[in-house]
Amino acid sequence: MLMSDSPTSADQPFVAMQGVSFAYPTLAGAPGRQILSGVDLSVKRGQLVALMGGSGSGKTTILRLLGGQVKPQAGTVMVDGRNVHALKHGELFALRRRMGMLFQFGALFTDMSVFENVAFPLREHTDLPEAAIRDLVLMKLNAVGLRGAHALMPSEISGGMARRVALARAIALDPQLIMYDEPFAGLDPISLGITANLIRSLGAALGAASIIVTHDVEESLAIVDYVYFLAEGKIVAQGTPDEIRASTMPYVQQFVAGSPDGPVRFHYPAPDYAADLGLAK
Amino acid sequence: MRAFARSIGHGVIDAVAKLGYFARLFVLTLRQSGTAFARLRLTIAQIHFIGNYSLVIIVVSGLFVGFVLGLQGYNTLQRYGSEQALGLLVALSLVRELGPVVTALLFAGRAGTSITAEIGLMKAGEQLTAMEMMAVSPVARVLAPRFWAGVVSMPLLAAMFSAVGVFGGYIVGVVMIGVDEGAFWSQMQNGVDWIDDVGNGVIKSIVFGIAVTFIAVFEGYDSQPTPEGVSRATTRTVVSSSLAVLALDFILTALMFTKG
Repeated sequence: MLMSDSPTSADQPFVAMQGVSFAYPTLAGAPGRQILSGVDLSVKRGQLVALMGGSGSGKTTILRLLGGQVKPQAGTVMVDGRNVHALKHGELFALRRRMGMLFQFGALFTDMSVFENVAFPLREHTDLPEAAIRDLVLMKLNAVGLRGAHALMPSEISGGMARRVALARAIALDPQLIMYDEPFAGLDPISLGITANLIRSLGAALGAASIIVTHDVEESLAIVDYVYFLAEGKIVAQGTPDEIRASTMPYVQQFVAGSPDGPVRFHYPAPDYAADLGLAK
Repeated sequence: MRAFARSIGHGVIDAVAKLGYFARLFVLTLRQSGTAFARLRLTIAQIHFIGNYSLVIIVVSGLFVGFVLGLQGYNTLQRYGSEQALGLLVALSLVRELGPVVTALLFAGRAGTSITAEIGLMKAGEQLTAMEMMAVSPVARVLAPRFWAGVVSMPLLAAMFSAVGVFGGYIVGVVMIGVDEGAFWSQMQNGVDWIDDVGNGVIKSIVFGIAVTFIAVFEGYDSQPTPEGVSRATTRTVVSSSLAVLALDFILTALMFTKG
């Protein structure tokens, strides 16, 4: 990928969100429950950033906003100097060609082999001859250690392997922004370690801006450059992994220590327990 | 009372919104059909999948419908001494009505459901979102090839249904009951008009192909991405497309066969 078509220089943020608020609209068009409010964040080229927070804190929505899948009610989302939500359809698709996204469960095309899955973006967006596509696919699969599995169907491989195939597919076009949605969820310790190292090395090799949405604290703090903590749609803390570990903020401490008591409530808001059971006087 | 009124209002708004979405997606599918033609391989694979695999049910049903037409037609015609017209009755019934309509109903059950379930499961597995994030339009890459494959397959299947049905009528009427073979074929040849009967039958099956396949594609694309959502969408495909076929059949018949 040529860098000259990019309006941002190396020290400018490749991804910048400013004052972003978002609520999923209802069918009638009115905004529904507020998911994000006033979120600011930035990611530079070659930087690996983690978005952490509990379930429902709005982490995945940030990835959807960056990919232009949903539109914010307020604020701007800039990727490579372009306002994602001001782009026309064709321009958005052109920008997406420079993004790679790893979905939580891989989202492999189940009617295609591992090889065809990785070849998919190459076949769709390039006119490369078959021999070149074959070489590129095998190189990408080799990078994730699955060159030998190229002929298998998605139903014949494990969840961890599917995630790695999806990673190979996400980097097929050498993206400049790679987004990972819960890349560690449900992985065994070996696959988890391998995936974490892959994410680190791939981002460095491609010089890409990388964003990991995760709640695997230890694994993520070991590989990322910067962390944003989200709670109830707001960024409540941010810093380098060392700053996060040293943080005295109750929310961060609770998250890093994984303790049930703290600012994050285990219980979904509910009426009085005794009253609910009919025991209240 | 207010809740009841509100629920009616919600229902109407939802229905209008869905109808609007249906129409918009239809136009979008037509506009993004370039890929389906430029990369004909994609559409041919779908024709093979949804057309070829529907052949057995279409041929077997056509044969039995032909048997029944032969039997019922003979019983009725012989009361008036017109059993010679059996060939004409069988052929006109099939070419004008039963061929397109029964094929469309069987097609909705056989191919429509599989199209809806496949697209619904692709949606549930985030495959369509993944495609969008790879800057590939699911409408162009997934919906349009399936839609055109259905539109191409329907008239061909209906033609096969009618041909096999005529053969079924021949077996029962001529071979088993003993209606004169010459009269059977010559009356058919004289009485069936290429444009008024066969042509209109083909137009019907193309319209049904568009309706059934697009309903199947739409329901899959619009389904809730859960197992329950996909199963509901599959049911809706059969119900909506069957009703659409029957309603369209009435409208088309009224337009085509009413002499002004």
